[in-house]
Amino acid sequence: MKDITPTSGRGFLDYAPAPESTSILHLRDSYGLFIDGEFREGTGGSFATISPATEKHIAEIANASEADVDLAVAAARRAYEKTWSRMSGVDRGKYLFRIARLVQERARELAVAESLDNGKPIKESRDTDIPLVAAWFFYYAGWADKLDYAGLGANPRPHGVAAQIIPWNFPLLMLAWKIAPALATGNTVVLKPAETTPLTALLFAEILQQADLPPGVVNIVTGAGETGQALVRHPDVDKVAFTGSTAVGREIAKTIAGTRKKATLELGGKAANIVFDDAPIDQAVEGIVNGIFFNQGHVCCAGSRLLVQESIHDEVVDRLKQRLTTLRLGDPLDKNTDIGAINSAEQLERIRRLSEIGEQEGAERWSAPCDIPENGFWFAPTVFTNVQTSSTIAREEIFGPVLSVLTFRTPAEAVAKANNTPYGLSAGIWSDKGSKILAVADKLRAGVIWANTFNRFDPASPFGGYKESGYGREGGRHGLGAYLQPATTAVAPKGASK
Amino acid sequence: MTMQTTSLAPAERAVRVLGGDLTERSLRQYLEGLSGVDAVGLEQRAAGLATRSIKTSSKAWALDRIIELIDLTTLEGADTPGKVRSLVAKALTPDASDPSTPRVAAVCVYGDMVPYAVEALGSAHGDPDDGLVSVAAVATAFPSGRASLAVKLADTRDAVAAGADEIDMVIDRGAFLSGRHGKVFEEIVAVKEACRRDDGSYASLKVILETGELNTYDNVRRASWLSILAGGDFIKTSTGKVSPAATLPVTLLMLEVVRDWHRLTGEYVGVKPAGGIRASKDAVRYLVTVAETVGEQWLQPHLFRFGASSLLNDVLLQRQKLRTGRYSGPDYVTID
Amino acid sequence: MSRLSIPKTYKLYIGGKFPRSESGRSYEITGADGAFLANASLASRKDARDAVVAARAAVSGWAGATAYNRGQVLYRVAEVLEGRRAQFVEELRASEGLTAAEAARQVDETIDTWVWYAGWADKFVQVAGAGNPVAGPFFNLSVPEPTGVVAIVAPQGEGSLLGLVRVVAPALVAGNAVVVVADERHPLSAISLAEVLATSDVPGGVVNVLTGSPAEIVPWLASHADVNALDLTGAGELEWVDLEIAAAETLKRVLRPEPGVPAATLDRILAFTETKTVWHTKSLI
Repeated sequence: MKDITPTSGRGFLDYAPAPESTSILHLRDSYGLFIDGEFREGTGGSFATISPATEKHIAEIANASEADVDLAVAAARRAYEKTWSRMSGVDRGKYLFRIARLVQERARELAVAESLDNGKPIKESRDTDIPLVAAWFFYYAGWADKLDYAGLGANPRPHGVAAQIIPWNFPLLMLAWKIAPALATGNTVVLKPAETTPLTALLFAEILQQADLPPGVVNIVTGAGETGQALVRHPDVDKVAFTGSTAVGREIAKTIAGTRKKATLELGGKAANIVFDDAPIDQAVEGIVNGIFFNQGHVCCAGSRLLVQESIHDEVVDRLKQRLTTLRLGDPLDKNTDIGAINSAEQLERIRRLSEIGEQEGAERWSAPCDIPENGFWFAPTVFTNVQTSSTIAREEIFGPVLSVLTFRTPAEAVAKANNTPYGLSAGIWSDKGSKILAVADKLRAGVIWANTFNRFDPASPFGGYKESGYGREGGRHGLGAYLQPATTAVAPKGASK
Repeated sequence: MTMQTTSLAPAERAVRVLGGDLTERSLRQYLEGLSGVDAVGLEQRAAGLATRSIKTSSKAWALDRIIELIDLTTLEGADTPGKVRSLVAKALTPDASDPSTPRVAAVCVYGDMVPYAVEALGSAHGDPDDGLVSVAAVATAFPSGRASLAVKLADTRDAVAAGADEIDMVIDRGAFLSGRHGKVFEEIVAVKEACRRDDGSYASLKVILETGELNTYDNVRRASWLSILAGGDFIKTSTGKVSPAATLPVTLLMLEVVRDWHRLTGEYVGVKPAGGIRASKDAVRYLVTVAETVGEQWLQPHLFRFGASSLLNDVLLQRQKLRTGRYSGPDYVTID
Repeated sequence: MSRLSIPKTYKLYIGGKFPRSESGRSYEITGADGAFLANASLASRKDARDAVVAARAAVSGWAGATAYNRGQVLYRVAEVLEGRRAQFVEELRASEGLTAAEAARQVDETIDTWVWYAGWADKFVQVAGAGNPVAGPFFNLSVPEPTGVVAIVAPQGEGSLLGLVRVVAPALVAGNAVVVVADERHPLSAISLAEVLATSDVPGGVVNVLTGSPAEIVPWLASHADVNALDLTGAGELEWVDLEIAAAETLKRVLRPEPGVPAATLDRILAFTETKTVWHTKSLI
């Protein structure tokens, strides 16, 4: 028989560059604050937003001062009192439907802007982030005139002015998660995007102008932590919604203690992705990859702790490493890029530091072989084996493309190890045995559990954590509850005027 | 339980992997011990691979390689010697306007058409690695497989004797679905033996699973392992006569099996998606799936084939577009 | 000659047992007329700590019981309470200075509250959960689950029995375990209620009752890392803003103070639940 042992090397797999065109983008050199329906100069100076893949300057962004925040909250209050709270649900819904359509019409432009500013692969911004943004507005648009069915009784009321602070990992998607339910329920909004990723929120402001949304209903103030603090502290804010780190979430919870302000906090995570020996193995490997390397691991619900049954540990790790060698790291705007840039130098430093600690504590480090571009912020997909529950990298959220592999022997041990964390945002279960999946899902202390899948999001599906991963839910009918109160007013407790 | 303990033909691969006491039971236990397939995850992965964007130089390479991997096929009741000669001419000279166009890997015909194909190929008949074109014959009461073993073996021997280099057999799906894995196994072993030529060499054996009838991915995975254990050189998705024929997820799954077989034994087994692949864009997705699942070394005629007919002309149109920079039209490629 | 009565010793209720405060302290409880009624245990931070340990240990069993079972157990509390109705009426008359009718009304409302909440045990999941129609081949279900250990400051100063039950019962419905600090000045019926709980089928540790100074004990509960939620309903007179800040350290769920005796509502059940959403793939092939 003929010898068919293959000899050819890698040629085809180095796909020729397939860059998404940036000609669709028409960016301004600088952006002001979006207050009361128009862009205006800020009074707190400005900062630059750069592309993390090239470190090149994209645009100059206004830094909102406390006075600017004051103007924005005042605009939101006016819009709430005069327009938005008086408008019928039907009409609020129509505005949201308009916004959803405009997002779809400008989807490619938004995807390119997102990848440019954030560093995430265009295939993710194009196929995940932006379609979900549109879906979120569609979903909540339909709720606007059906709030009697939200579960709070007849005629539930909005809180008033919502202060919303969003992170840099899914900039426009997190904006949609915040703004869509807030507007559907009749609240008005002052939103602060993350300082490293303000671009798509500002493009979104243009969309609001195209939608002819009444002035002041949504205000966007750009800036860093101080801007966010001013917003949270502002006495005329009724509701705070925050997605970000547990450390900042904790400070927000303290800041609003004793006030009338309600909060939803969507914070950090250290999710266990549990692979049983009866798992559909190839799909489990894909799920592990998707769990921790999607969006460079910049995902609060990332499956950063792989808990694999000891009997299949070697096989899973072996297959995983094999799979990781096919990941392409590089230009976020290339349609074939799987792993984009780390969002900032600061985040890259954190990932590096924690990875070094992992090595120092005795874990075994393996990184996928890939060429790291000269400029920009990059980190190769990395797997740590021989990680113990006591290891720092099994405890702390790394928020990067770094997987810690631990083992377990029995389902009970898997559950115990999965729950052994102050976090409780998400978890994954891989098994072909339905009864085991259901029982394990019951016992996991996490707000979102994916069985034989991972990192799936849908506007109809509530999302949010247990324990130090925060409180409140975003998405679904439950997401309305965060922005509504029952028709009857509770008497304010003594001292609530702080 | 006698069926369970019935000894099976000691196929070399199966004995190596399962041990000497090869029985219906041991085969079945092995197949049932394979890990399951989650359909949603499999299809999601295939959909992800389908988003790869293959441009410029990669696309040019891919289009030529697709042609080199095609089993140019005619499997009709109306097939005639003239139709086969036309097919062979197309196989040898796909695009007369561009002599740089490679030849396809093989022509695939019914067994009784093999002599005409061999004759028409003449000196161009041979190994695709040498720039020649092979003759593949469907056999074993293709496409249904509903005939006695004796008839299936005679069908196979006939085609081999007439000069077929490759035999595309169908498995007994009825036996598989009713749990008689041993029967499916024994038939493959027997057909493999019927592929033996007088000089002791063998025609290459492609085992058609007819995945559209096996229905579930778990079945496809088990049938793939069974076919490999019984000695198949290729596992092939479909006859083209049943819908759905080849799909990207099912091909991905079969590629995962040959990858795992290679992990286990170091041996290479080929994969042939057949039926329903008509557009270059789709074929490129299969190349991507091969390259990212088993490695691009699998993209050679002895390890990967497309069973197709109309695909060739679409690839030729795309080649013309790449060469001239203008979109071409169906009047500028030949029908066979 | 009349019989000399036997006064009851009021102790704490922790882990299904009735210990005295580990500190050995007690404080004098007087009636509305100023007359001595009893010495109640003055719980310390270590008693609070022990109560949290007992509550944590009880969570998995209580949360893991079937909803039907939890409902029956909570209904059983109402049954036992009904049997001791006279005792509670007397106790409230003495400690709160109520008329017989007022006291009876409070006891009746208390019993009805138990019955109302007991009935929710196997229904709130249906009302607050959801089957979510996601765009994809997934079975997606959201269900409320108990938050875990809930520390509660019972309403202070009026309605000492009803107020206590209005905060404790809803937390129990979903399967939480509770550490409750009773009405400081009227703690006796809280301990009598503990006797009811101990003799119904509520597992030990599911409810833990501390008597004493909320100002002393609650800060330890608010900052305790193994407490998941803090109900400050009766904390309006305390430095409750500091308590909320302390609770924020571990992102506890917090209910802010509310004057008087709170109404019985579904919201109170849901306040100490976490919505868990599970995605399952589904496919025919």
